[in-house]
Amino acid sequence: MRGVLLGPQQLRQSLGTAVELLGREGPVALITCGWQEREDQDEELSALFGRETRNLTLYARGEEVLAEDREFFNAHRARQDQLRQIQEFYRLRLERVFDAALDIDRKAQGSDIAADELRLSFEQIRRLDQEHLERVTALREAWELQMKPLERPSIARHRKALTALLRECRLLAISGGHVAVMLNRLRMFGLVELLTDQSLIAWSGGAMVTGGRVVLFHESPPEGVGISEVLDAGLQLHDGVLPLPNPKLRLKLDNAFRVGWMSRRHAPLQCVALDQGELVSFEDGRWFGAEGTVRLNPDGTLTTGWAS
Amino acid sequence: MSPLRIDGLVRGQLTLDDFLKDQSFPLVEGTRVTFIFNGPAEAVHLKSWVYGLPNSQPLQKVENLDLWYLTLDIPRRSRVEYKFEVVRAGHGAWILDPLNPHRATDPFGANSVVHGEGYVVPEWTRLDPEARPGTMEPWVVKSRAFNDTRRFHVYLPARFRKTRRYPLIFVHDGPDYVRFANLKVVLDNLIHRLEIPDVIVALSGSPNRIGEYADDERHARFVTEEVVPDLEKRLPLLGTPKGRCLMGASFGGVASLSTAVRYPGFYGRLLLQSGSFAFSDIGQQNKRGPAFDPVVRFMNRFRENPTMVAEKAFISCGMHESLIYENRSLVPMLQATDMELRYVEARDGHNWENWRDRLRDGLAWLFPGPLRMVYE
Repeated sequence: MRGVLLGPQQLRQSLGTAVELLGREGPVALITCGWQEREDQDEELSALFGRETRNLTLYARGEEVLAEDREFFNAHRARQDQLRQIQEFYRLRLERVFDAALDIDRKAQGSDIAADELRLSFEQIRRLDQEHLERVTALREAWELQMKPLERPSIARHRKALTALLRECRLLAISGGHVAVMLNRLRMFGLVELLTDQSLIAWSGGAMVTGGRVVLFHESPPEGVGISEVLDAGLQLHDGVLPLPNPKLRLKLDNAFRVGWMSRRHAPLQCVALDQGELVSFEDGRWFGAEGTVRLNPDGTLTTGWAS
Repeated sequence: MSPLRIDGLVRGQLTLDDFLKDQSFPLVEGTRVTFIFNGPAEAVHLKSWVYGLPNSQPLQKVENLDLWYLTLDIPRRSRVEYKFEVVRAGHGAWILDPLNPHRATDPFGANSVVHGEGYVVPEWTRLDPEARPGTMEPWVVKSRAFNDTRRFHVYLPARFRKTRRYPLIFVHDGPDYVRFANLKVVLDNLIHRLEIPDVIVALSGSPNRIGEYADDERHARFVTEEVVPDLEKRLPLLGTPKGRCLMGASFGGVASLSTAVRYPGFYGRLLLQSGSFAFSDIGQQNKRGPAFDPVVRFMNRFRENPTMVAEKAFISCGMHESLIYENRSLVPMLQATDMELRYVEARDGHNWENWRDRLRDGLAWLFPGPLRMVYE
């Protein structure tokens, strides 16, 4: 697949540049379900893309399915409750281990065992991430096996309509928004399986959900310790990069300890900070970053722009 | 210490007009705050409710002028509410500071407010035109506990959907929170900023709060067996302990805690502001008067056998209020029960703006918003 991942578009828009880079003709299939009930407020996007859009309205379709198919609604709700609980307990473990790592860093600083102790904490976190990812994936797969969502008439009807909409589009654009809602709707309709040869334009949260894993992050939130957490596997439409949109708001890029940890924690994925309007493009596993794109390195340093 | 502006007037280096010109009052010069009253009087007193300071302090008269002043040390980031008592013809009248436009209102009227250096009204307490406003729905519950009908309002978030499920916050003195602590605006703003999730908030009042909020069994029953089930039946609420919060200030804090104690595990979240948690170490009475007697009995019992009644509690109190002692005492006791606790102190008093200013800390900690989930 070919595609472009972008940072937030509120203050600096680069969707037109992404379209030019990909050079595909025709209207853009648009997914804005991350905006939830505002998903149809997409009037400005056609102008930014420089062409017509076809909004797939996945959020509204999902609401229709939930209203119409009571059995699916109940099963879906029960699964979401389970996922929320698992996420909460994982976060609890994560915070304790991270707090301990910070304490160890303070107390062991300068001593011979400091590096070893920190490595142990770090490995614990990597293990927690991996186990969480496996649990969430197993739960989801078991649920899908049982419920067979794509075969349910309530969903199959929408998939047919989506197939028709996608047939006329060579570009698929996914906006930012609520990443859990996006994942939920994209999976509910098995959207990835409906794609043919479309190229991808995904910004902010859209860039996050289309990769290998979805990592939630905010290093200075109004509450909590500000450690990032794995939410789920992504849709695997691109591989090799972990997009981190809006770093000025959400990351402490001047903190080498945090930068290094973030980078090593999610390796072999390459952490890439995407500020407003910044972009990276990919084609057949190769990545190209524009000048303003920032990579987080394992040693806590930052590198601007690259071509792999 | 550098000379204060009032010194210039007292020493005759400034005329009265120059002294008053282009100044805001009280004069805040670092941590030195000078209160000014300009007018004829036999005596003027500063009336404030700062724990540790006298309730009444005389202002000094500047020789040959009808101008009165008092300079106090007010720590940085403080908020102090006050009035002047102006004595004329032998009678004292309590008035707002005519030179100070800052006012704080409460159910008893208004006070003047001085902002210590570094204090700013938090921007998230002000109306944000970009924040979509929630709605206030009237609600009626026929109460068997009180044998009467109770009416209150329920806040629904702007993007309320019947297909979603929401946490519930039951707020004691709800109408006062809305009127004096800007609670509706705060909810709209924090939801808009994704700092708290969409929540449903029951804004209940009481016709007899001193009686009903002081560990009254009927009140606990009314909230837990009547209001909450009714709301959970008619609104899409989570209906789990972590989705139920009791909140209140002063006696409302007592009502929240005592209701949670009577129904342990039913409420997962408590938000307690300047709770009137009076207790006694000997006997069942407290210097605060008979209204506190049931509170003292409740707190003494609870202190004897503190238990984990909710998973998480946020407690805040002002350093300038006498209840700071009781609130500080409560913290280690609750911590020992394994409740997850956050305790915040502010340089402020027993008033609604103190409670307003702590709402973000409390609500965002008890109910973290989807900030981590949303990447626009």
